[in-house]
Amino acid sequence: MAYDSFNILKSSAVPLPIENVDTDQIIPARFLKATERTGFGDNLFRDWRYDKNDAPKADFVLNNPTYSGKILVGGKNFGSGSSREHAAWAIYDYGFRCVVSSFFADIFRGNAINVGVLPVQVSPEFLHEIFTAIEADPKAELEVSLPEQKITIVSTGAFENFAINGYKKNNLLNGFDDIDYLQAMKSEISAFAVNR
Amino acid sequence: MSNSPTTLFDKVWDSHVVRKIADGPDVFFIDRHFIHEVTSPVAFLGLLTRGIGVLSPERTFATADHNTPTINQHLPVEDPLSANQLLQLEKNTAKYGISHWGLGNPKNGIVHVVGPENGITLPGMTIVCGDSHTSTHGAFGAIAFGIGTSEVEMVLSSQCIMQPKPMKMRINVNGVLGKGVTPKDVALYIISKLTTSGATGYFVEYAGDVFEKMSMEGRMTVCNLSIEMGARGGMIAPDQTTFDYIHGRELAPKGADWDKQLAYWKTLKTDASATFDEEITFLASDIEPMITYGTNPGMGMGISKHIPNAVDIEGGVATYEKSLEYMGFAQNDSMIGKKVDYVFIGSCTNGRIEDFRAFASIVKGRKKAEHVTAWVVPGSHVVEAQIREEGIYDILTEAGFALRQPGCSACLAMNDDKIPAGKYAVSTSNRNFEGRQGPGSRTLLASPLVAAAAAITGVVTDPREFL
Repeated sequence: MAYDSFNILKSSAVPLPIENVDTDQIIPARFLKATERTGFGDNLFRDWRYDKNDAPKADFVLNNPTYSGKILVGGKNFGSGSSREHAAWAIYDYGFRCVVSSFFADIFRGNAINVGVLPVQVSPEFLHEIFTAIEADPKAELEVSLPEQKITIVSTGAFENFAINGYKKNNLLNGFDDIDYLQAMKSEISAFAVNR
Repeated sequence: MSNSPTTLFDKVWDSHVVRKIADGPDVFFIDRHFIHEVTSPVAFLGLLTRGIGVLSPERTFATADHNTPTINQHLPVEDPLSANQLLQLEKNTAKYGISHWGLGNPKNGIVHVVGPENGITLPGMTIVCGDSHTSTHGAFGAIAFGIGTSEVEMVLSSQCIMQPKPMKMRINVNGVLGKGVTPKDVALYIISKLTTSGATGYFVEYAGDVFEKMSMEGRMTVCNLSIEMGARGGMIAPDQTTFDYIHGRELAPKGADWDKQLAYWKTLKTDASATFDEEITFLASDIEPMITYGTNPGMGMGISKHIPNAVDIEGGVATYEKSLEYMGFAQNDSMIGKKVDYVFIGSCTNGRIEDFRAFASIVKGRKKAEHVTAWVVPGSHVVEAQIREEGIYDILTEAGFALRQPGCSACLAMNDDKIPAGKYAVSTSNRNFEGRQGPGSRTLLASPLVAAAAAITGVVTDPREFL
């Protein structure tokens, strides 16, 4: 069991209405030098969050105490660029368990699920509704139900369903991971490998 | 085997599926696995924690490249964190019996340069690495893509990963490329048309005259950049150019094995009536030398053009304006004549011998602009040796350029090769994200020819003036 299981998450959310947030912004390369999976949250969005003297930038959303919560809401094409799983680790380590966007880059989406952060893809219209709700009330809560594959803006009741394949859903609900699955089919893999 | 027409991608993918999970991903077998010092340590730690081992150490190859210095490689690495990652790679590979080309090894270099160079990358294979530019190896007709560290652990422990099969896209470029238009320009042009997310969810096959006539080095440059339009990877059907490149390389098949494999490789092409989920065609004659002006690789244009106005681009205006503000550029600016502080030639995108030949073709007999700092970084020791053997080293030296030692260098600036805040770098690498080449750095992505022209004049210059 590699991470916490995920069932229903009800939380306020942190808005980041920027498109094409790449993994170099989520965690810059110079912070990839650890050999263990800890402490990456401190450097989440490092160069947007801190100036060159390491002082917090007041205008960046993570430094604004008005916003908090376990859900990060990002603009279109979230997580593009480098395959660094450190980006997903940093998001998890900071305390987020879910990222909502209208579009995710492939590798980031896979990495997020593999570390226990649920990527929830919604329509551009619903993403706009979420940003509007948070703008109106920074404490506005979202409810993400993995069993129902449904995300709801609690204050308005507006909701949308999201897609996730049954295998990954089961993994997240139970905190299983792919390595558990693959270990259980090693003889089948070894037989396959003979001819390759 | 089904008789219905299939694509190159289908042929390679389907032959590597160990098990199909209903309403889930495929259990996907990996032939070759590359690892490096930055994205592997936590995977090895995971093996320890779970008490499991490495299933097929002979299928994994390690090289040190991401954080290594590009000068004085014979001395101990000064940065303690980088030194520790290099040490962990050495220890982990020794423990499990994995081949390791560390710093100082004559085969050391950037993972996506040394794999093909040594005959490890072959047609029809599945190849992964904890690095998104693994798509490079698709140039050989392999399915190759970047993975996360959890997946590195999966490959080490089971030689498989869990992947849903991507959709298929074919990108055709037909006609003849103009003077000064290189494979890098073809790729930047395609990305500028598709945007940085235009191929997300797809695996791309590149086809058409332009790729058929292209060298292996050029094909690697194009496939390398597939990820920059969101594609998981890109591939090109293997042909005589591919076979000639592979033949005789150290780890390539030999003798009867070569004949057998060659017969298989020749079957690796898309059937005439096979269909794609998406197909796009471009004309070679529409492409000119390219340069980027923004903070993602999709924000590129022909070097003679002006920066587009926000109203004319797809996507959010706020994001676009934020990007131009970071770069210190304005809508409708011309890029020609903009001052350049740094020039970087190298990386897994443009760190091969052809790239240095192109660079040398312009700097030969000329002098580097005094205010420009240039970092000339070969992709491997083999490339470095070729640079010396072919006399390129002398051309560079006479023109005022110093040759550094191989590594990823300023492409991601994990070592000391960092572009200072606010400075402009014309770079042959692959990403112009904010701070990619050092905190506050401003990157203009371009070909080796454009980089050479900028290094000589000290400003953004159309390389065709020198050809």
